[in-house]
Amino acid sequence: MKASWVAEKKSVETSLVSGAELFIQGLQDEKVEVLFGYPGGAVLPIYDALYKSEMKHVLTRHEQGAIHAAQGYARVTGKPGVVLATSGPGATNLVTGIADAMIDSIPLVIFTGQVATTVIGTDAFQEADIVGITMPITKHNYQVQRAEDLPRIMKEAFHIANTGRKGPVLIDIPKDVAVKTAEVKEVAGIHLPGYQPTLKPNILQVKRLNEALLQAKRPVLLTGAGVLAAGAEKELVAFAEYHQIPVAQTLLGLGGFPAEHPLCLGMAGMHGTYASNMALYDCDLLIGVGARFDDRLTGNLDHFAKKAVVAHIDIDPAEIGKNVPTEIPIVGCAKETLSALNQTRGNKGDYNEWVIQLTKHKTEFPLTYKTDESELKPQKLMQVLHEVTKGEAIVATDVGQHQMWAAQYYTFLESNRWITSGGLGTMGFGFPAAIGAKVGKPELPVIAVVGDGGFQMTLQELGVLQDWELPVIVVIVNNKSLGMVRQWQEIFYEKRFSHSLLDIQPDFIKLASAYGIDGKRAETEKDVREALTFALASKKPFVLDCVVTADENVYPMIAPGKGLHEMIGVRG
Amino acid sequence: MRRIISATVLNESGVLNRLTGLLTKRQFNIENITVGHTEDPAVSKVTLTVWVEDDCKAEQLVKQLHKQINILKVRDLTNMALVSRELALIKVLTTPDTRSEIKMLIEPFRATVLDVSLENVTLEVTGDGEKIDALIELLRPYGIKEISRTGVTAIPRGTQKKVLELHPYSIM
Ligand SMILES: Cc1ncc(C[n+]2csc(CCOP(=O)(O)OP(=O)(O)O)c2C)c(N)n1
Repeated sequence: MKASWVAEKKSVETSLVSGAELFIQGLQDEKVEVLFGYPGGAVLPIYDALYKSEMKHVLTRHEQGAIHAAQGYARVTGKPGVVLATSGPGATNLVTGIADAMIDSIPLVIFTGQVATTVIGTDAFQEADIVGITMPITKHNYQVQRAEDLPRIMKEAFHIANTGRKGPVLIDIPKDVAVKTAEVKEVAGIHLPGYQPTLKPNILQVKRLNEALLQAKRPVLLTGAGVLAAGAEKELVAFAEYHQIPVAQTLLGLGGFPAEHPLCLGMAGMHGTYASNMALYDCDLLIGVGARFDDRLTGNLDHFAKKAVVAHIDIDPAEIGKNVPTEIPIVGCAKETLSALNQTRGNKGDYNEWVIQLTKHKTEFPLTYKTDESELKPQKLMQVLHEVTKGEAIVATDVGQHQMWAAQYYTFLESNRWITSGGLGTMGFGFPAAIGAKVGKPELPVIAVVGDGGFQMTLQELGVLQDWELPVIVVIVNNKSLGMVRQWQEIFYEKRFSHSLLDIQPDFIKLASAYGIDGKRAETEKDVREALTFALASKKPFVLDCVVTADENVYPMIAPGKGLHEMIGVRG
Repeated sequence: MRRIISATVLNESGVLNRLTGLLTKRQFNIENITVGHTEDPAVSKVTLTVWVEDDCKAEQLVKQLHKQINILKVRDLTNMALVSRELALIKVLTTPDTRSEIKMLIEPFRATVLDVSLENVTLEVTGDGEKIDALIELLRPYGIKEISRTGVTAIPRGTQKKVLELHPYSIM
């Protein structure tokens, strides 16, 4: 009895499995639910192991689609998105998405195949130095040299991707490493001496911020994606409400604070609200939370928050003081830091006058546009989307005017409903990101809001909707142009519309129908309501081609080089 | 201003690539860089001399380096009391007339002659960058055939006192 037990145990201990099987095992250990990927020569052993496993894999129609889908998935689930692609062109097709995830701090673990270790460096077929290529656009990357290292590397990669300031981690797996066998051993914890993110804030700095709050007369919170990444929405509301501090949000931070809250000023920055931008301009205490003060937000730095003491809460110490001189630096995760602030709160300052002033700004200079009953205004389109979906839908956008209109007019009441490419501004992002979001949150309606230009960059992913019958609704904001480019050419280049008008277009409805997907063209508000109501009820994929005013511009706007107080197109 | 930054890094492939890539990306100009093993075989030490505009940029540099997973520790040594050294090999043209003159000239620099041929001598000199620059200037009139410099390596002094009063480069 005993002897056989020993023998059995021994056979388990010495059982050898391939690198590819270790890969599957690693995914299971990390509780990965789905991979987004595309096969090829160097990953054949891995795809063979996938075939034999239960792991769900979404085959996109382009690697760029796979990685943006993984980003969308990560944004709505809070889990790392997992991507798999082959070596060479498969890997290089991921580069845009990796850069996008890096700058927007989206957790991804990306697996690429590589040529065999025996031929690396010989310019072998489909060899590309993806580790070298992605070094500046990954939080970390690895090339696996031995199958037995894979479990440890995977464990580290998932940990690095989804802790601290989140981001993409790439693991390059040479083909022979996936084939070679190794013993299955438990990974004994994570040992990363060079990686210890600070989560808890320094209590001294928290105290300083509390003191600054007492001194302040005109404080404002600027909240970014860090609030969402940390899941600090409740703490934020509690903090803002207790002190009565108005809240401006970055593009990526939308939804972190409810848009209809009386203290919410809306989005700040280049196309932000008058109230938000003037609050940032006039404030005497600026509290940045998980926002990185990028140039589209700040405008000309010479005019940014010049009258203010700046406090900056960020999990990444390198963000603090990078663009804006900071008196009160607080390194820590948004949730921990806001809790600490809430726990140590004492006397309150009196900001009543300030809040009244900003509320007046809100009512006097709201976001507006010229209504015209004869045309479908893109802004109206966004408002209708909100109404019909009751603001419950996940909205993923592409990049351009429609993105700004969605940000301005969809009105995000809840967190994790908003997916957009902020830092990199990647056209082609929106549609596949919506697919990933639907895979991650099948229970919520998902709308891809795309331009007629950007949709054509990744529309091959209609194949995924067809394949999985995924009820994603694609709303094309069709202005027959590369609208944002057209707008800049109109304003700054005397209407020389150099290569920005898309008069020649495919019939998007026929295109959808080629993929077996229903579609409709909408030219009025009524068309939109009807089609959208139908599409939501049908629980099937749908393409809604909305013909909007072709020469509509996004306002307000801050021209490049101007300060936040120099908005154009503000109307009362 | 010039900064001496020291980074302790994991001795893994790609670390140096990541480090220098980061500096390029953020537009820091590396004047020189040295890399070598430390007392721990798994760890290497990189010493960088870089030009930065101001303290704010220097802080950014240290923080960005620190963010790298395989960089363990980063220190800006610039304002510390430190021992720093660079080594240079200098090949100078000689004639029978100038040979002894050069020997005399290099003496105060404690440079040594490593190799002698009919037309030239090769010297080794160790010290801070300014000392090496000075020697090179002195030798230039004789005709310098080749120079190879290692770049600066540095270590903070055992005692750090009155750091604030020290001129940043007084000990170099
Ligand atoms: C990959 C990529 N290429 C180019 C750009 C530059 N760009 C920014 S917005 C824009 C126009 C987008 O047009 P469209 O998708 O039709 O959206 P619209 O602005 O009309 O809403 C372009 C070309 C970009 N952001 N991304």
